[in-house]
Amino acid sequence: MHNFIIQYFGTNVWTALVSSVIPLIWILTYALVAIWLELKISAHMQDRLGPMRTGKWHGWAQPLADVTKLLQKEDIIPAAADKALYLLAPFLVFVGGYAAYAAIPFSPAYIGADINVGIFYIIAVSAIVVLGILMAGWSSNNKWSLLGAMRTAAQLVSYEIPSSLAVLAVIMVAGSLSLNEICEAQSGWFWNWFVFGKFPFLFITFVIYFIASLAETNRAPFDIPEAESELVAGYHTEYSGMRFAIFYVAEYANMFTVAAIASILFFGGWSSPFGTFMSGPVWGAFWLISKGMVMIFIQMWLRWTLPRFRVDQLMYLSWKVLTPFALVNIFAVGLWIVLKG
Amino acid sequence: MSSVSNYFRNIGKGFWTVLIGMKITMRHLFTPAVTIQYPDARMGIPERGRNRLYVNMDDCIGCDQCEMACPVNCITIETAKSLPTEDLGLTSTGQKKRLWVTKFDIDFGKCCYCGLCVPPCPTECIYMTSVYEFSAYDRSELVYNFTTLTPEESAAKVKQAQEAEREAAAKKAAAAAAAAAQKAAQAAAAQAAPASPAAPAQTAQPPAQQPPPADKPADQNENKS
Repeated sequence: MHNFIIQYFGTNVWTALVSSVIPLIWILTYALVAIWLELKISAHMQDRLGPMRTGKWHGWAQPLADVTKLLQKEDIIPAAADKALYLLAPFLVFVGGYAAYAAIPFSPAYIGADINVGIFYIIAVSAIVVLGILMAGWSSNNKWSLLGAMRTAAQLVSYEIPSSLAVLAVIMVAGSLSLNEICEAQSGWFWNWFVFGKFPFLFITFVIYFIASLAETNRAPFDIPEAESELVAGYHTEYSGMRFAIFYVAEYANMFTVAAIASILFFGGWSSPFGTFMSGPVWGAFWLISKGMVMIFIQMWLRWTLPRFRVDQLMYLSWKVLTPFALVNIFAVGLWIVLKG
Repeated sequence: MSSVSNYFRNIGKGFWTVLIGMKITMRHLFTPAVTIQYPDARMGIPERGRNRLYVNMDDCIGCDQCEMACPVNCITIETAKSLPTEDLGLTSTGQKKRLWVTKFDIDFGKCCYCGLCVPPCPTECIYMTSVYEFSAYDRSELVYNFTTLTPEESAAKVKQAQEAEREAAAKKAAAAAAAAAQKAAQAAAAQAAPASPAAPAQTAQPPAQQPPPADKPADQNENKS
Protein backbone atom coordinates (compact mmCIF):
# COMPACT_ATOMS: atom_id res chain seq x y z
CA MET A 1 0.00 0.00 0.00
CA HIS A 2 2.87 2.28 0.79
CA ASN A 3 4.37 1.41 -2.57
CA PHE A 4 1.01 2.08 -4.15
CA ILE A 5 0.90 5.52 -2.57
CA ILE A 6 4.41 6.20 -3.82
CA GLN A 7 3.44 5.10 -7.32
CA TYR A 8 0.33 7.25 -7.29
CA PHE A 9 1.66 10.43 -5.79
CA GLY A 10 5.34 10.10 -6.54
CA THR A 11 7.93 10.76 -3.86
CA ASN A 12 6.93 14.15 -2.64
CA VAL A 13 5.30 15.88 0.30
CA TRP A 14 1.86 14.44 -0.52
CA THR A 15 3.13 10.90 -0.25
CA ALA A 16 4.55 11.65 3.15
CA LEU A 17 1.32 13.32 4.22
CA VAL A 18 -0.98 10.52 3.06
CA SER A 19 1.11 7.70 4.50
CA SER A 20 1.47 9.53 7.80
CA VAL A 21 -2.24 10.30 8.11
CA ILE A 22 -3.33 6.66 7.70
CA PRO A 23 -2.05 5.55 11.13
CA LEU A 24 -3.63 8.66 12.65
CA ILE A 25 -7.03 7.66 11.28
CA TRP A 26 -6.44 4.17 12.62
CA ILE A 27 -5.46 5.46 16.08
CA LEU A 28 -8.53 7.68 16.36
CA THR A 29 -11.00 5.00 15.31
CA TYR A 30 -9.25 2.35 17.37
CA ALA A 31 -9.17 4.65 20.42
CA LEU A 32 -12.94 5.14 20.22
CA VAL A 33 -13.52 1.39 20.01
CA ALA A 34 -11.00 0.66 22.76
CA ILE A 35 -12.51 3.24 25.12
CA TRP A 36 -15.93 1.69 24.59
CA LEU A 37 -14.50 -1.81 25.11
CA GLU A 38 -12.75 -0.69 28.26
CA LEU A 39 -15.99 0.76 29.62
CA LYS A 40 -17.96 -2.36 28.83
CA ILE A 41 -15.33 -4.90 29.90
CA SER A 42 -14.67 -3.13 33.17
CA ALA A 43 -18.40 -2.92 33.81
CA HIS A 44 -19.12 -6.57 33.07
CA MET A 45 -16.14 -7.75 35.10
CA GLN A 46 -17.75 -5.98 38.03
CA ASP A 47 -21.22 -7.38 37.21
CA ARG A 48 -22.41 -4.02 35.97
CA LEU A 49 -23.73 -3.05 32.56
CA GLY A 50 -21.70 0.06 31.80
CA PRO A 51 -23.03 2.68 29.40
CA MET A 52 -26.35 1.52 27.96
CA ARG A 53 -28.12 4.66 26.77
CA THR A 54 -25.90 6.70 24.47
CA GLY A 55 -26.61 5.57 20.92
CA LYS A 56 -29.28 3.04 21.96
CA TRP A 57 -27.31 -0.19 21.39
CA HIS A 58 -25.20 -0.88 24.51
CA GLY A 59 -24.05 2.72 24.63
CA TRP A 60 -21.87 2.40 21.55
CA ALA A 61 -21.79 6.19 21.09
CA GLN A 62 -20.44 6.89 24.57
CA PRO A 63 -16.85 7.58 23.37
CA LEU A 64 -18.21 9.91 20.69
CA ALA A 65 -20.15 11.80 23.33
CA ASP A 66 -17.05 11.95 25.54
CA VAL A 67 -14.93 13.33 22.71
CA THR A 68 -17.60 15.91 21.87
CA LYS A 69 -17.68 16.97 25.49
CA LEU A 70 -13.89 17.28 25.67
CA LEU A 71 -13.84 19.33 22.46
CA GLN A 72 -16.27 21.83 23.92
CA LYS A 73 -14.40 22.25 27.18
CA GLU A 74 -12.33 25.25 28.07
CA ASP A 75 -8.58 24.87 27.65
CA ILE A 76 -7.48 25.95 31.10
CA ILE A 77 -3.90 27.06 31.65
CA PRO A 78 -3.01 27.52 35.33
CA ALA A 79 -1.71 30.99 36.17
CA ALA A 80 1.45 29.60 37.75
CA ALA A 81 2.19 27.16 34.93
CA ASP A 82 5.17 27.39 32.65
CA LYS A 83 3.08 28.25 29.65
CA ALA A 84 5.30 27.17 26.77
CA LEU A 85 6.16 23.78 28.24
CA TYR A 86 2.60 23.30 29.45
CA LEU A 87 1.16 23.80 25.99
CA LEU A 88 3.79 21.68 24.26
CA ALA A 89 3.78 18.66 26.59
CA PRO A 90 0.66 16.78 25.38
CA PHE A 91 1.82 17.01 21.78
CA LEU A 92 5.25 15.69 22.66
CA VAL A 93 3.63 12.74 24.45
CA PHE A 94 1.44 12.05 21.46
CA VAL A 95 4.34 12.40 19.01
CA GLY A 96 6.30 9.84 21.01
CA GLY A 97 3.48 7.35 20.76
CA TYR A 98 2.59 8.21 17.18
CA ALA A 99 6.13 8.09 15.81
CA ALA A 100 6.29 4.41 16.76
CA TYR A 101 3.56 3.69 14.21
CA ALA A 102 5.96 4.57 11.41
CA ALA A 103 7.76 1.26 11.85
CA ILE A 104 4.85 -1.04 12.71
CA PRO A 105 4.14 -3.40 9.81
CA PHE A 106 0.34 -3.49 9.64
CA SER A 107 0.53 -5.93 6.75
CA PRO A 108 3.29 -7.16 4.42
CA ALA A 109 2.23 -4.37 2.06
CA TYR A 110 1.81 -1.50 4.47
CA ILE A 111 4.57 -0.26 6.70
CA GLY A 112 5.31 3.42 7.11
CA ALA A 113 9.06 2.96 6.97
CA ASP A 114 10.51 -0.51 6.46
CA ILE A 115 13.74 0.32 8.21
CA ASN A 116 16.14 -2.46 9.14
CA VAL A 117 16.31 -1.30 12.78
CA GLY A 118 12.54 -1.10 13.20
CA ILE A 119 12.22 -2.45 16.74
CA PHE A 120 15.21 -0.42 17.88
CA TYR A 121 13.65 2.70 16.41
CA ILE A 122 10.38 2.04 18.21
CA ILE A 123 12.07 1.51 21.58
CA ALA A 124 14.11 4.66 21.07
CA VAL A 125 11.29 6.88 19.93
CA SER A 126 8.94 5.68 22.68
CA ALA A 127 11.36 7.16 25.19
CA ILE A 128 10.29 10.64 24.04
CA VAL A 129 7.04 10.01 25.92
CA VAL A 130 8.96 10.27 29.22
CA LEU A 131 10.16 13.71 28.23
CA GLY A 132 6.64 14.86 27.45
CA ILE A 133 5.30 13.52 30.72
CA LEU A 134 8.09 15.17 32.72
CA MET A 135 7.38 18.44 30.89
CA ALA A 136 3.69 18.18 31.70
CA GLY A 137 4.36 17.42 35.36
CA TRP A 138 6.96 20.11 35.82
CA SER A 139 5.19 22.88 33.93
CA SER A 140 1.89 22.33 35.73
CA ASN A 141 3.59 23.71 38.85
CA ASN A 142 1.60 21.36 41.01
CA LYS A 143 2.76 18.80 43.53
CA TRP A 144 0.55 16.01 42.26
CA SER A 145 1.59 16.54 38.68
CA LEU A 146 5.26 16.67 39.58
CA LEU A 147 5.08 13.56 41.75
CA GLY A 148 3.21 11.74 39.02
CA ALA A 149 5.75 12.79 36.44
CA MET A 150 8.67 11.72 38.63
CA ARG A 151 7.08 8.37 39.24
CA THR A 152 6.46 7.95 35.52
CA ALA A 153 10.04 8.76 34.70
CA ALA A 154 11.33 6.31 37.31
CA GLN A 155 8.93 3.63 36.14
CA LEU A 156 9.55 4.01 32.43
CA VAL A 157 13.31 4.10 32.78
CA SER A 158 13.23 1.00 35.01
CA TYR A 159 10.95 -1.02 32.79
CA GLU A 160 12.71 -0.18 29.55
CA ILE A 161 15.53 -2.45 30.68
CA PRO A 162 13.59 -5.74 31.06
CA SER A 163 11.49 -4.97 27.99
CA SER A 164 14.57 -4.24 25.88
CA LEU A 165 16.27 -7.38 27.17
CA ALA A 166 13.15 -9.39 26.33
CA VAL A 167 13.10 -7.93 22.83
CA LEU A 168 16.78 -8.77 22.51
CA ALA A 169 16.10 -12.47 23.02
CA VAL A 170 13.66 -12.45 20.12
CA ILE A 171 16.08 -10.51 17.95
CA MET A 172 18.74 -13.16 18.62
CA VAL A 173 16.37 -15.87 17.41
CA ALA A 174 15.13 -13.93 14.39
CA GLY A 175 18.52 -12.52 13.54
CA SER A 176 17.04 -9.21 12.49
CA LEU A 177 15.87 -5.91 13.90
CA SER A 178 13.42 -5.37 11.06
CA LEU A 179 9.86 -6.05 12.16
CA ASN A 180 8.86 -7.27 8.71
CA GLU A 181 11.61 -9.87 8.77
CA ILE A 182 10.67 -10.93 12.28
CA CYS A 183 7.11 -11.51 11.01
CA GLU A 184 8.36 -13.46 8.02
CA ALA A 185 10.50 -15.65 10.27
CA GLN A 186 7.29 -16.79 12.00
CA SER A 187 5.18 -17.35 8.87
CA GLY A 188 3.52 -20.69 8.30
CA TRP A 189 1.49 -22.38 10.99
CA PHE A 190 1.05 -20.98 14.47
CA TRP A 191 3.56 -23.39 16.00
CA ASN A 192 6.20 -21.35 14.20
CA TRP A 193 5.38 -18.42 16.43
CA PHE A 194 8.23 -17.34 18.63
CA VAL A 195 6.12 -17.66 21.77
CA PHE A 196 6.39 -21.44 21.33
CA GLY A 197 10.00 -21.32 20.13
CA LYS A 198 12.97 -22.47 22.24
CA PHE A 199 10.39 -23.64 24.76
CA PRO A 200 9.97 -22.38 27.44
CA PHE A 201 12.49 -19.56 27.17
CA LEU A 202 10.71 -17.42 24.62
CA PHE A 203 7.44 -17.88 26.47
CA ILE A 204 9.09 -16.49 29.60
CA THR A 205 10.44 -13.70 27.40
CA PHE A 206 6.92 -12.95 26.27
CA VAL A 207 5.67 -12.78 29.86
CA ILE A 208 8.52 -10.46 30.81
CA TYR A 209 7.86 -8.25 27.79
CA PHE A 210 4.15 -8.15 28.47
CA ILE A 211 4.56 -7.15 32.12
CA ALA A 212 7.14 -4.52 31.21
CA SER A 213 4.93 -3.18 28.42
CA LEU A 214 2.07 -2.76 30.88
CA ALA A 215 4.36 -0.63 33.00
CA GLU A 216 5.50 1.36 29.97
CA THR A 217 1.94 2.27 29.07
CA ASN A 218 1.22 3.34 32.67
CA ARG A 219 -1.70 0.98 32.95
CA ALA A 220 -2.94 -0.86 35.99
CA PRO A 221 -1.48 -2.52 37.98
CA PHE A 222 1.39 -0.17 37.14
CA ASP A 223 -0.65 3.03 37.08
CA ILE A 224 1.04 4.69 40.03
CA PRO A 225 1.92 7.75 37.91
CA GLU A 226 -1.77 8.57 37.74
CA ALA A 227 -2.95 6.82 40.87
CA GLU A 228 -6.30 8.49 41.47
CA SER A 229 -6.40 7.89 45.19
CA GLU A 230 -2.97 9.41 45.80
CA LEU A 231 -2.24 11.83 42.97
CA VAL A 232 -5.66 12.89 41.62
CA ALA A 233 -4.64 12.24 38.00
CA GLY A 234 -0.85 12.43 38.13
CA TYR A 235 0.93 14.40 35.45
CA HIS A 236 -2.24 15.48 33.65
CA THR A 237 -4.07 16.76 36.73
CA GLU A 238 -4.13 20.34 35.44
CA TYR A 239 -5.01 19.56 31.86
CA SER A 240 -8.51 19.98 30.52
CA GLY A 241 -10.41 19.75 27.29
CA MET A 242 -8.55 18.81 24.14
CA ARG A 243 -5.12 18.69 25.74
CA PHE A 244 -6.37 16.10 28.20
CA ALA A 245 -7.92 14.21 25.30
CA ILE A 246 -4.54 14.16 23.56
CA PHE A 247 -2.97 12.57 26.65
CA TYR A 248 -5.74 10.03 26.64
CA VAL A 249 -5.36 9.21 22.96
CA ALA A 250 -1.61 8.97 23.46
CA GLU A 251 -2.16 6.40 26.21
CA TYR A 252 -4.38 4.33 23.95
CA ALA A 253 -1.96 4.73 21.03
CA ASN A 254 0.81 3.43 23.28
CA MET A 255 -1.38 0.53 24.36
CA PHE A 256 -1.78 -0.52 20.76
CA THR A 257 1.91 0.01 20.02
CA VAL A 258 3.02 -2.38 22.75
CA ALA A 259 0.23 -4.80 21.87
CA ALA A 260 1.27 -4.75 18.20
CA ILE A 261 4.92 -5.24 19.11
CA ALA A 262 4.05 -8.14 21.39
CA SER A 263 2.03 -9.77 18.63
CA ILE A 264 4.76 -9.11 16.04
CA LEU A 265 7.58 -10.42 18.19
CA PHE A 266 5.83 -13.44 19.67
CA PHE A 267 2.65 -14.19 17.73
CA GLY A 268 3.68 -13.84 14.11
CA GLY A 269 2.45 -10.30 13.50
CA TRP A 270 0.66 -10.13 10.17
CA SER A 271 1.28 -13.77 9.28
CA SER A 272 -1.73 -16.03 9.34
CA PRO A 273 -1.83 -18.73 12.03
CA PHE A 274 -3.00 -21.27 9.41
CA GLY A 275 -0.20 -21.33 6.89
CA THR A 276 -1.22 -19.78 3.59
CA PHE A 277 -4.91 -19.87 4.53
CA MET A 278 -6.30 -16.34 4.88
CA SER A 279 -2.93 -14.74 4.29
CA GLY A 280 -2.26 -11.76 2.11
CA PRO A 281 -1.84 -8.00 2.39
CA VAL A 282 -5.38 -7.29 3.63
CA TRP A 283 -5.59 -10.42 5.78
CA GLY A 284 -2.22 -9.40 7.18
CA ALA A 285 -3.72 -6.19 8.55
CA PHE A 286 -6.66 -8.22 9.86
CA TRP A 287 -4.39 -10.66 11.70
CA LEU A 288 -2.15 -7.99 13.18
CA ILE A 289 -5.08 -5.95 14.39
CA SER A 290 -6.89 -9.01 15.78
CA LYS A 291 -3.80 -10.18 17.63
CA GLY A 292 -3.22 -6.66 18.89
CA MET A 293 -6.81 -6.40 20.12
CA VAL A 294 -6.47 -9.72 21.96
CA MET A 295 -3.39 -8.30 23.68
CA ILE A 296 -5.33 -5.15 24.54
CA PHE A 297 -8.10 -7.28 25.96
CA ILE A 298 -5.56 -9.02 28.20
CA GLN A 299 -4.27 -5.61 29.28
CA MET A 300 -7.78 -4.57 30.26
CA TRP A 301 -8.42 -7.93 31.88
CA LEU A 302 -5.35 -7.49 34.08
CA ARG A 303 -6.31 -3.90 34.82
CA TRP A 304 -9.62 -4.95 36.32
CA THR A 305 -8.09 -7.93 38.14
CA LEU A 306 -5.10 -6.57 39.99
CA PRO A 307 -4.75 -3.84 42.58
CA ARG A 308 -2.17 -1.11 42.10
CA PHE A 309 1.47 -1.72 43.03
CA ARG A 310 3.24 0.30 45.64
CA VAL A 311 6.25 2.27 44.31
CA ASP A 312 8.76 0.01 46.07
CA GLN A 313 6.97 -3.12 44.86
CA LEU A 314 7.10 -1.73 41.36
CA MET A 315 10.84 -1.19 41.59
CA TYR A 316 11.32 -4.60 43.19
CA LEU A 317 9.48 -6.28 40.34
CA SER A 318 11.52 -4.50 37.71
CA TRP A 319 15.03 -4.69 39.16
CA LYS A 320 14.94 -7.84 41.24
CA VAL A 321 12.62 -10.10 39.25
CA LEU A 322 12.17 -9.12 35.63
CA THR A 323 15.71 -7.91 34.89
CA PRO A 324 17.55 -10.97 36.30
CA PHE A 325 15.06 -13.30 34.64
CA ALA A 326 15.48 -11.50 31.33
CA LEU A 327 19.26 -11.74 31.59
CA VAL A 328 19.22 -15.45 32.41
CA ASN A 329 16.73 -15.90 29.60
CA ILE A 330 19.00 -14.21 27.07
CA PHE A 331 21.83 -16.43 28.23
CA ALA A 332 19.70 -19.57 27.86
CA VAL A 333 18.42 -18.56 24.43
CA GLY A 334 21.93 -17.70 23.30
CA LEU A 335 23.24 -21.04 24.55
CA TRP A 336 20.42 -22.83 22.72
CA ILE A 337 21.26 -21.00 19.48
CA VAL A 338 24.96 -21.77 19.82
CA LEU A 339 24.43 -25.44 20.67
CA LYS A 340 21.46 -26.35 18.47
CA GLY A 341 21.21 -23.51 16.02
CA MET B 1 19.36 -20.81 51.02
CA SER B 2 15.94 -20.15 52.44
CA SER B 3 15.96 -16.59 51.13
CA VAL B 4 16.69 -17.84 47.63
CA SER B 5 13.94 -20.43 47.77
CA ASN B 6 11.67 -17.77 49.25
CA TYR B 7 12.45 -15.54 46.29
CA PHE B 8 11.42 -18.18 43.79
CA ARG B 9 8.44 -19.28 45.82
CA ASN B 10 7.32 -15.66 45.99
CA ILE B 11 7.53 -15.29 42.24
CA GLY B 12 5.70 -18.54 41.65
CA LYS B 13 3.02 -17.60 44.14
CA GLY B 14 2.65 -14.14 42.63
CA PHE B 15 2.24 -15.60 39.17
CA TRP B 16 -0.23 -18.20 40.37
CA THR B 17 -2.38 -15.75 42.30
CA VAL B 18 -2.52 -13.46 39.28
CA LEU B 19 -3.86 -16.38 37.28
CA ILE B 20 -6.45 -17.12 39.98
CA GLY B 21 -7.50 -13.47 39.96
CA MET B 22 -7.80 -13.50 36.18
CA LYS B 23 -9.95 -16.60 36.38
CA ILE B 24 -12.30 -14.84 38.80
CA THR B 25 -12.63 -11.73 36.65
CA MET B 26 -13.15 -13.84 33.54
CA ARG B 27 -15.95 -15.68 35.30
CA HIS B 28 -17.55 -12.39 36.28
CA LEU B 29 -17.26 -11.11 32.71
CA PHE B 30 -19.88 -13.68 31.76
CA THR B 31 -21.98 -13.38 34.91
CA PRO B 32 -25.24 -11.56 34.18
CA ALA B 33 -25.08 -8.02 35.46
CA VAL B 34 -27.04 -7.14 38.57
CA THR B 35 -27.85 -3.68 37.26
CA ILE B 36 -31.50 -2.80 36.74
CA GLN B 37 -32.00 -0.30 33.93
CA TYR B 38 -34.07 1.89 36.18
CA PRO B 39 -36.46 4.01 34.13
CA ASP B 40 -36.92 1.16 31.65
CA ALA B 41 -37.11 -1.63 34.21
CA ARG B 42 -38.02 -1.42 37.85
CA MET B 43 -37.41 -3.50 40.90
CA GLY B 44 -40.58 -4.98 42.31
CA ILE B 45 -41.71 -3.28 45.51
CA PRO B 46 -42.89 -5.29 48.52
CA GLU B 47 -46.52 -6.34 48.48
CA ARG B 48 -47.33 -4.33 51.62
CA GLY B 49 -44.87 -1.54 50.86
CA ARG B 50 -45.96 1.90 51.98
CA ASN B 51 -45.80 4.45 49.21
CA ARG B 52 -48.10 7.23 48.03
CA LEU B 53 -51.56 7.41 49.60
CA TYR B 54 -54.66 7.41 47.53
CA VAL B 55 -58.16 8.34 48.61
CA ASN B 56 -61.15 6.90 46.83
CA MET B 57 -63.54 9.81 47.25
CA ASP B 58 -66.54 7.74 46.16
CA ASP B 59 -66.32 5.93 49.48
CA CYS B 60 -65.21 8.76 51.74
CA ILE B 61 -67.77 9.74 54.32
CA GLY B 62 -65.72 12.61 55.71
CA CYS B 63 -65.42 11.08 59.17
CA ASP B 64 -62.03 12.72 59.85
CA GLN B 65 -60.54 9.60 61.44
CA CYS B 66 -57.53 9.53 59.15
CA GLU B 67 -56.80 13.17 59.89
CA MET B 68 -56.90 12.44 63.59
CA ALA B 69 -54.66 9.40 63.23
CA CYS B 70 -52.01 11.28 61.24
CA PRO B 71 -48.95 11.94 63.45
CA VAL B 72 -47.60 14.74 61.25
CA ASN B 73 -50.87 16.44 60.37
CA CYS B 74 -50.43 16.11 56.64
CA ILE B 75 -54.12 15.39 56.00
CA THR B 76 -56.57 18.29 55.97
CA ILE B 77 -60.30 17.52 55.73
CA GLU B 78 -63.15 20.00 55.69
CA THR B 79 -66.75 18.90 55.45
CA ALA B 80 -70.16 20.49 55.02
CA LYS B 81 -73.44 18.96 56.06
CA SER B 82 -75.71 17.96 53.25
CA LEU B 83 -79.29 19.12 53.10
CA PRO B 84 -81.96 16.54 53.96
CA THR B 85 -83.19 16.88 50.38
CA GLU B 86 -79.80 15.96 48.91
CA ASP B 87 -78.95 12.35 48.29
CA LEU B 88 -75.19 11.73 48.31
CA GLY B 89 -75.55 8.06 47.57
CA LEU B 90 -74.06 5.06 49.28
CA THR B 91 -70.48 3.91 49.70
CA SER B 92 -69.41 0.63 48.18
CA THR B 93 -69.90 -0.83 51.66
CA GLY B 94 -73.53 0.25 51.65
CA GLN B 95 -73.19 3.15 54.00
CA LYS B 96 -75.08 6.40 53.56
CA LYS B 97 -72.96 9.48 52.94
CA ARG B 98 -74.13 12.49 54.90
CA LEU B 99 -71.36 15.02 54.43
CA TRP B 100 -69.97 16.92 51.48
CA VAL B 101 -66.18 16.58 51.67
CA THR B 102 -65.29 20.07 50.54
CA LYS B 103 -61.57 19.65 51.11
CA PHE B 104 -59.37 16.57 51.32
CA ASP B 105 -55.70 17.55 50.96
CA ILE B 106 -52.72 15.35 51.67
CA ASP B 107 -49.33 17.08 51.76
CA PHE B 108 -46.83 14.45 50.64
CA GLY B 109 -44.06 16.82 51.58
CA LYS B 110 -45.06 16.18 55.17
CA CYS B 111 -46.28 12.61 54.92
CA CYS B 112 -44.00 10.15 56.70
CA TYR B 113 -45.53 7.08 55.07
CA CYS B 114 -46.28 5.48 58.44
CA GLY B 115 -49.60 4.11 57.22
CA LEU B 116 -51.41 4.95 60.47
CA CYS B 117 -54.25 6.63 58.57
CA VAL B 118 -55.15 3.43 56.75
CA PRO B 119 -56.56 1.17 59.55
CA PRO B 120 -58.98 3.69 61.14
CA CYS B 121 -60.85 4.34 57.89
CA PRO B 122 -64.32 2.81 58.31
CA THR B 123 -64.82 2.41 54.55
CA GLU B 124 -61.19 1.57 53.65
CA CYS B 125 -61.15 4.38 51.14
CA ILE B 126 -57.66 5.67 52.07
CA TYR B 127 -54.87 3.27 51.25
CA MET B 128 -51.25 3.01 50.16
CA THR B 129 -50.56 2.51 46.46
CA SER B 130 -47.39 1.29 44.76
CA VAL B 131 -46.56 4.70 43.28
CA TYR B 132 -43.28 5.96 44.63
CA GLU B 133 -42.09 8.41 41.96
CA PHE B 134 -43.69 11.82 42.40
CA SER B 135 -40.99 14.43 42.49
CA ALA B 136 -42.09 18.02 41.97
CA TYR B 137 -40.46 21.29 41.10
CA ASP B 138 -42.25 23.13 43.89
CA ARG B 139 -43.20 22.02 47.35
CA SER B 140 -46.79 23.19 46.82
CA GLU B 141 -47.08 20.64 44.00
CA LEU B 142 -46.77 17.91 46.60
CA VAL B 143 -50.12 18.86 48.13
CA TYR B 144 -52.58 16.53 46.46
CA ASN B 145 -56.27 17.52 46.36
CA PHE B 146 -58.50 14.50 46.47
CA THR B 147 -61.90 16.12 46.71
CA THR B 148 -64.13 15.62 43.70
CA LEU B 149 -65.76 19.01 44.14
CA THR B 150 -64.43 22.08 42.41
CA PRO B 151 -63.54 25.02 44.68
CA GLU B 152 -66.70 26.83 43.56
CA GLU B 153 -68.86 23.82 44.34
CA SER B 154 -67.18 23.45 47.70
CA ALA B 155 -67.81 27.10 48.52
CA ALA B 156 -71.44 26.70 47.46
CA LYS B 157 -71.82 23.60 49.63
CA VAL B 158 -70.31 25.37 52.65
CA LYS B 159 -72.57 28.37 52.11
CA GLN B 160 -75.61 26.13 51.71
CA ALA B 161 -74.77 24.24 54.89
CA GLN B 162 -74.28 27.48 56.79
CA GLU B 163 -77.62 28.82 55.54
CA ALA B 164 -79.32 25.58 56.47
CA GLU B 165 -77.77 25.83 59.90
CA ARG B 166 -78.83 29.43 60.27
CA GLU B 167 -82.33 28.53 59.21
CA ALA B 168 -82.39 25.64 61.62
CA ALA B 169 -81.11 27.91 64.36
CA ALA B 170 -83.73 30.52 63.50
CA LYS B 171 -86.37 27.83 63.48
CA LYS B 172 -85.12 26.54 66.78
CA ALA B 173 -85.12 30.03 68.22
CA ALA B 174 -88.61 30.55 66.94
CA ALA B 175 -89.65 27.21 68.38
CA ALA B 176 -87.98 28.10 71.66
CA ALA B 177 -89.72 31.44 71.66
CA ALA B 178 -93.01 29.72 70.90
CA ALA B 179 -92.31 27.19 73.62
CA ALA B 180 -91.46 29.96 76.03
CA ALA B 181 -94.63 31.78 75.09
CA GLN B 182 -96.57 28.55 75.52
CA LYS B 183 -94.81 27.96 78.83
CA ALA B 184 -95.69 31.42 79.95
CA ALA B 185 -99.27 30.83 78.91
CA GLN B 186 -99.20 27.48 80.68
CA ALA B 187 -97.71 29.11 83.75
CA ALA B 188 -100.43 31.65 83.64
CA ALA B 189 -102.95 28.84 83.31
CA ALA B 190 -101.21 26.88 86.09
CA GLN B 191 -101.59 29.76 88.35
CA ALA B 192 -105.25 29.31 87.74
CA ALA B 193 -105.15 25.53 87.77
CA PRO B 194 -102.50 23.08 89.03
CA ALA B 195 -99.79 22.44 86.46
CA SER B 196 -99.63 19.26 84.50
CA PRO B 197 -96.09 18.23 83.45
CA ALA B 198 -95.85 18.02 79.71
CA ALA B 199 -92.29 17.36 78.65
CA PRO B 200 -91.79 17.02 74.91
CA ALA B 201 -89.79 13.93 73.99
CA GLN B 202 -86.37 14.94 72.79
CA THR B 203 -85.23 12.81 69.84
CA ALA B 204 -81.60 12.17 70.49
CA GLN B 205 -79.80 10.99 67.41
CA PRO B 206 -77.13 8.46 68.25
CA PRO B 207 -73.86 8.84 66.24
CA ALA B 208 -73.92 6.65 63.19
CA GLN B 209 -71.88 3.56 63.79
CA GLN B 210 -70.47 2.47 60.50
CA PRO B 211 -69.93 -1.24 60.04
CA PRO B 212 -66.58 -2.22 58.45
CA PRO B 213 -66.84 -2.67 54.69
CA ALA B 214 -67.02 -6.14 53.28
CA ASP B 215 -64.56 -5.83 50.40
CA LYS B 216 -61.62 -3.55 49.85
CA PRO B 217 -61.83 -1.34 46.75
CA ALA B 218 -59.35 -2.15 43.97
CA ASP B 219 -56.05 -0.24 43.91
CA GLN B 220 -56.19 2.89 41.89
CA ASN B 221 -52.99 4.60 40.90
CA GLU B 222 -54.52 7.81 39.75
CA ASN B 223 -52.89 11.16 40.14
CA LYS B 224 -54.53 14.10 41.75
CA SER B 225 -58.21 13.73 41.56
